[in-house]
This record gives sequence, structure tokens and C-alpha cells, in this order.
Amino acid sequence: MQRDKDIVLEVEDIHKKYREEKILKGVSFKVKKGETKVIIGPSGTGKSTLLRCINQLTIPDRGRVWLEGEEVTHTKKSINQFRQKIGMVFQDFNLFDHLTALGNVEIGLIKVKGMDKNKARQKAMEELRQVGLENQAYLYPAQLSGGQKQRVSIARALAMDPKVILFDEPTSALDPELIGEVLEAIKNLAIQGMTMVLVTHEMGFARSVANEIIFIENGKILESGSPYKLFNNPKYERTRRFLKKITELYGESSEKR
Amino acid sequence: MFFTFLHLIILIKRDIIMIENFLMIYQALPYLLKGSLITIGLVGGALFLGFIVGVPMAVGQVYANKFIANSISFYVWFFRGLPVLVLLFLFYFGLFSLLGLNLPAFTAAILVLGLRSAAYQSQIFRGSIQSLGEGQMLAARSLGMSKFQAIWNIILPQALRISIPGWSNEYSIILKDSAVTYAIGVMEILTRGNFIATRTYKPMPVFLTCALIFLILTYGGVKVLDLLEKKLRIPGYVFGRREI
Amino acid sequence: MSEFYFIRNILLLPLLEGTLITIKLIALSIPLGLILGILLAVGRVYGNKLISSLCAAYVIFFRGTPLLVQLFILYYGLPSIGIFFSPLTAAIIGFILCSGAYHSEYIRGAIQSIKGGQMMAAEALGMSRVQAILYIILPQALRRAIPGCSNEIIYLVKYSSLAFMVTLIELTGAGKIIASRYFKYTEVFLVVGIIYLLMVSVITKFLNMLEKKLEIPGLE
Ligand SMILES: Nc1ncnc2c1ncn2[C@@H]1O[C@H](COP(=O)(O)OP(=O)(O)O)[C@@H](O)[C@H]1O
Ligand SMILES: [Mg+2]
Repeated sequence: MQRDKDIVLEVEDIHKKYREEKILKGVSFKVKKGETKVIIGPSGTGKSTLLRCINQLTIPDRGRVWLEGEEVTHTKKSINQFRQKIGMVFQDFNLFDHLTALGNVEIGLIKVKGMDKNKARQKAMEELRQVGLENQAYLYPAQLSGGQKQRVSIARALAMDPKVILFDEPTSALDPELIGEVLEAIKNLAIQGMTMVLVTHEMGFARSVANEIIFIENGKILESGSPYKLFNNPKYERTRRFLKKITELYGESSEKR
Repeated sequence: MFFTFLHLIILIKRDIIMIENFLMIYQALPYLLKGSLITIGLVGGALFLGFIVGVPMAVGQVYANKFIANSISFYVWFFRGLPVLVLLFLFYFGLFSLLGLNLPAFTAAILVLGLRSAAYQSQIFRGSIQSLGEGQMLAARSLGMSKFQAIWNIILPQALRISIPGWSNEYSIILKDSAVTYAIGVMEILTRGNFIATRTYKPMPVFLTCALIFLILTYGGVKVLDLLEKKLRIPGYVFGRREI
Repeated sequence: MSEFYFIRNILLLPLLEGTLITIKLIALSIPLGLILGILLAVGRVYGNKLISSLCAAYVIFFRGTPLLVQLFILYYGLPSIGIFFSPLTAAIIGFILCSGAYHSEYIRGAIQSIKGGQMMAAEALGMSRVQAILYIILPQALRRAIPGCSNEIIYLVKYSSLAFMVTLIELTGAGKIIASRYFKYTEVFLVVGIIYLLMVSVITKFLNMLEKKLEIPGLE
């Protein structure tokens, strides 16, 4: 198969069922270097499952995943080698509650990458600065606001120098006034050329940042395209209705900025 | 006149008894306190053994395959279902000699109390691990940690902290159970108390003194573990739940 | 001596007798221990300062010292001041006094977890303090205390073996006598252990059923 050198992540024909219920029924897409893909779709449609299938936290029933041309599925290499290169940011943060912000960011460097402690600390501090939290480095998760927690978890993912970062509704668990700071941090990453796959309902944000929006329904990609196309000229009435609904529901908060 | 005289005699006699008792306890105290060192050694050893066996058991019950998890459940069911006294008899007089081990009572007692405590401790740790939620494991694995690394660096440091109150309870239970090793002749507090009581024919003051020593050990130890918990507490965090 | 004869006449029959005594021990101490626990808990929460601190001191003593030491005081200590108990009586009294202290802590916790509004509402209806405790607070608190108290009851079943230490030949005692006479410790104590496991399992089942049955629909 001819592969584009620019393609960082390729997902092909992912299937997953839980018990007898088919959640994903063949999802494929490619992400180019520096691209931001936004995935949208009704809740319960399998978006989180899809992201977890990419880094094999959930093992898909069928389908393949490549990272920079190397197959992640059916590999002889340890899956942990790939996971280092695929960052993940969770809806409910999943910060390690017994470690400070700094500890959260450096633990992967020390334990997984085997980096020297001083160097890891320096790098972790750098990543915290990147998300504007150098002053909170020594606070514990329970002492941070939701927005700060999510920014720490972004720094934790960034520290591993990932080839791509997967975001699973990074702002859904946040109070409205805290959403902006997290979107801002993600936007900065986009500007710096980070490759990202984002599940989100923040349409204003998606419009301004996404290179492509993928609309998933019933375990399949119903339609995908540029934000302009999907918002102004969608193929399906379903897509228009869904976009209208969530735009009303979540507003376009980030456009104001 | 006669009445007051009798009164006086009774009073004096009572005082003499009191003084006698105090003197006797005073003389017996070093002997009893040596017994409390043995009790402390016994409890410390059993808690330690229970810890190093109980933690892997908890991890196994949560993360290992069905066969291992079921075997551990059986172990827990067995050791929690039998009285300490029966376990002591079964192992000290029965199984240990069947295995050709000729253990001193003290060692046998540590083994039995420790293996039994492992069953109880494993359930404390298991509860703590399960209270953490799946997210911690997912996040650790998403960074590329192996399952073992995730358990060692992320799950256990949190689970063990949450376990301290349960653990402090386990300390007080084992401390009190250690008195049962009297039945196989370990020279702990109660065994020594019993010696003195039979020799002096003054069981009441002797056993009350034993009770007092146990009281001090129970509440003193619990206090120490409380301090430990405060020291290890993650700021802003209580029993795995968020304060803020 | 045939194996069968040994198992039936020398092993099982005496063990059965011992088991009956163990059952007698726990059948008497469980309900009385619970009643003592309720009294201590109510005294601790609703009593005046004196009663409350007396109850607290009682609980501190009985939870802070080994049951075996308590039994020794009852059986070997008290005769020296003129109070004599048979081994059975001493054991039962010891079990009641000790388990009462443990029960009281679960029940106290449960009482304190009930919202203050309940007491207020009861008194607003014109109930006396005692009525409110009896008809409103305790029925709720005791339900909530069931898991803790169940645990305590299971403990009591196992600790009833300590009665042997004050010379009562109950199940463990019967086992010890046979085992040392025929030098078959492993076999005998495995059988004794299985009998305890059976009792524990049956009582656990029963207590779980009781908890289900007493559950208030829709609560929590
Ligand atoms: N581990 C699991 N076991 C069983 N069912 C699951 C599991 N994870 C997700 N599901 C089910 O799969 C469906 C899709 O879930 P999810 O991927 O979280 O959807 P989304 O993120 O789009 O809201 C849901 O119906 C959910 O109940
Ligand atoms: Mg989701």
C-alpha cells in the first residue's frame, strides 16, 4: 500500500462490539502532520471507544491502526512503545491524585522514558509553563480548579513528545467559565503544529481550529469535511440538524476570544 | 467503742491488702513489661507478614486472571472463617509438624497471625484499589506504562494511603488477638500475667494490670497510625474523596 | 479400631456435643450483646454528661483490651473478691459485655448519621424523647447498623472458641481433647474448622437475608 509520508495516524475499518451491541461498525480516517481533526456525534455513539481503540486501551474486534506508517495493531513491539507517542487527554482529567502537578507531568518521563530526574523536572516545568501553570507546579490535583487540572493533563501528555494527541471531550466536565482557558491551551498547540484528534462539542472552537470535522453516528462516519462545508453545505439533513442542535446547546463561546 | 475498733481493724487490713497488691504489681511489672515487648514483636511481625503477603493478594484479586483471583478468594474465605484459636492449634500442633517444621511457639504465632492478617489486609487494600476508579489505570497506560509500572507507581501509592485507617483497625485487632497465643505458650503479656497470678494467688490486680497494658498499647498504637496518616495525607484530599 | 468407628464415635459425636455448647453460647450472647449495645449507644448519644462519659469509658475499656483478658478477669479474677461463675456463665457474660461494646459503636455511628430533622419532626408531633428514640430514631439507625453489627456477630461466633480458655468444653475444646488424645491435630482441627466455616456461612446468609428483608424501599 502506498503511504503518504505526511500521514501521522491512520485508522482503518475499526469495529468494536460490547456484548452483542455493535458500537463501532467500520471507522476509517487519516490524520496528516499538523492537522487537527474534530470528531463530533451524539453521545453514546462510540467516540470515546474509538479514541481508546487508537492507542489500544480498548482492543478493537477488527481493523488496523498505523502510527507514522508503523502498525500499532498486531504488532510484535510492545504496545507501550506506541502509547508513549500517542498522547491522551481524558474528559475527567484522570490526574494521578497522589502526585503534584509537576509530579504528574514528570512521572511518564522518569518511569517510562527512563529520563534522568533533573532533566525530567526541567522538561516538566517547561511543559507546565507552556500551559500557563508554572506557579501551580507544587500543588496537588485536589488543590487545582477543573480548568487547571485539565491543563496539567495536557502538559502531562505533551511532555512525552507525542506524535499525536487524542482529546476526549476535554472541556465537558468543566464549569463554563473555565472552558476558555483549556481551549486556549489547545488552540496554542494547534498553532504550533501539533497533530491532534479531538472529540468535542465546542463548535465555535471546532470552526476556528479544525482542518476537518468528522461526524459519527451509529458507529459509522456519516459525513466529514471542512468546517465551512459542514456548517454551510452539509450532504445530509441529519448533519445540519445535529450541528444546529449542539451549537444552540453549547454556544460558540470560544469565538468571542 | 467495740464497733469503731472493728472498723479500724478492717480499715487497716484493707490498707495492708492495698499496699500488698501495689507492691506485688510493682515487683511483677518488669516481668510483665518484658512480655509486652514480646507482644509488640509478635504484632509487628504479623502485621509485616500480613502486609507483604496481603498487598500482592489484593493486586491479584483485582488484576489477575480468574484462576488466581479465585484461589486468593478461597484463601481469604478460609482464614477469615476460622477462629484464631483453631488456626493456632491447627498450624502449631498439626500442619507445621506435618511439614516437618519444628517451630518455636513465637515463630509459629507470627506465621499464623500473619497469614491470617494477610487475608484481612488483602481485603482492605482491595477495597482501596477498587475505590480509585478505572481512570487512574487508563491514564497511566496511555502514557505507555506497563501494567506492572502502573500498579507500582500509580495505583499502590494511592491505595496504600487510603488503607491507613483500615490498617490501624487491623493493628488493634491483631494486638488483641495476640493474647490468644497464650494457648500455645508464647511468653506474651497474658501468659506472664497468668504465671504471676497462679504464683501469688492475686489474679485480680494482675489481670487488671495486663488489661491496662493492652489499653495503652491499643490506643497508643492507633494514635501513632493517626499521626502517620496525617503526615502522608495528600493536601486537599480525604479518604480518596475530594475536599475542595 | 476401624476408621469408621473412629470417625463416628470418637471424632464426630464429641464434636457434635461441643458444637451444641458453642451454639448455646452464641445463641444467648448475640441477642443480649445487641441489647447492651443499643443501651450503650443511646446512653452515649442521648444521655447526660455523666451517663455519656460512663458509656464512653466502658466502650474504651472493652474495645481496648483482649476478650481473653476480660474472660480471665471474670473467671479467675472475680472469685478473689467473692464472685463465682461457672465457665459457661463467665463465657456468656464476657461475650455479652464485649460484643455490646463493639455493637454500640456501629449503632452510635448510625444514630449520629440520621438527620436532626427526624428528631425535631417527632418532637413536633408531641412525642417524648424516649418515644422519639424508640419509634423514630432506633428503627432507622438499627437498619443502618446491620452491616457492622452482622460483622460483629460473625466475629462473636469465631471468638466463642475462647470459652475453652476458661475450661468450657465447647467445639474447640472438644477438638483439642480428641486431637491430643489420638495425636491427630491436623485432621481434627480441619474438621473443627469446617464446622466453624459452616456456622459462619449459615449465619452470614441469614443476616444478609435479614438485611434485605428490612430494607426500606427506595432509600439510598
Ligand atoms: N467497557 C465497556 N463495556 C461495555 N459497554 C461499553 C464500554 N465502554 C463503552 N460502552 C458502551 O459503548 C457505547 C459507546 O460509548 P462511548 O464510546 O463512551 O460513546 P461516546 O463517547 O460517543 O459518548 C455506550 O453505549 C456505552 O455504554
Ligand atoms: Mg465519550
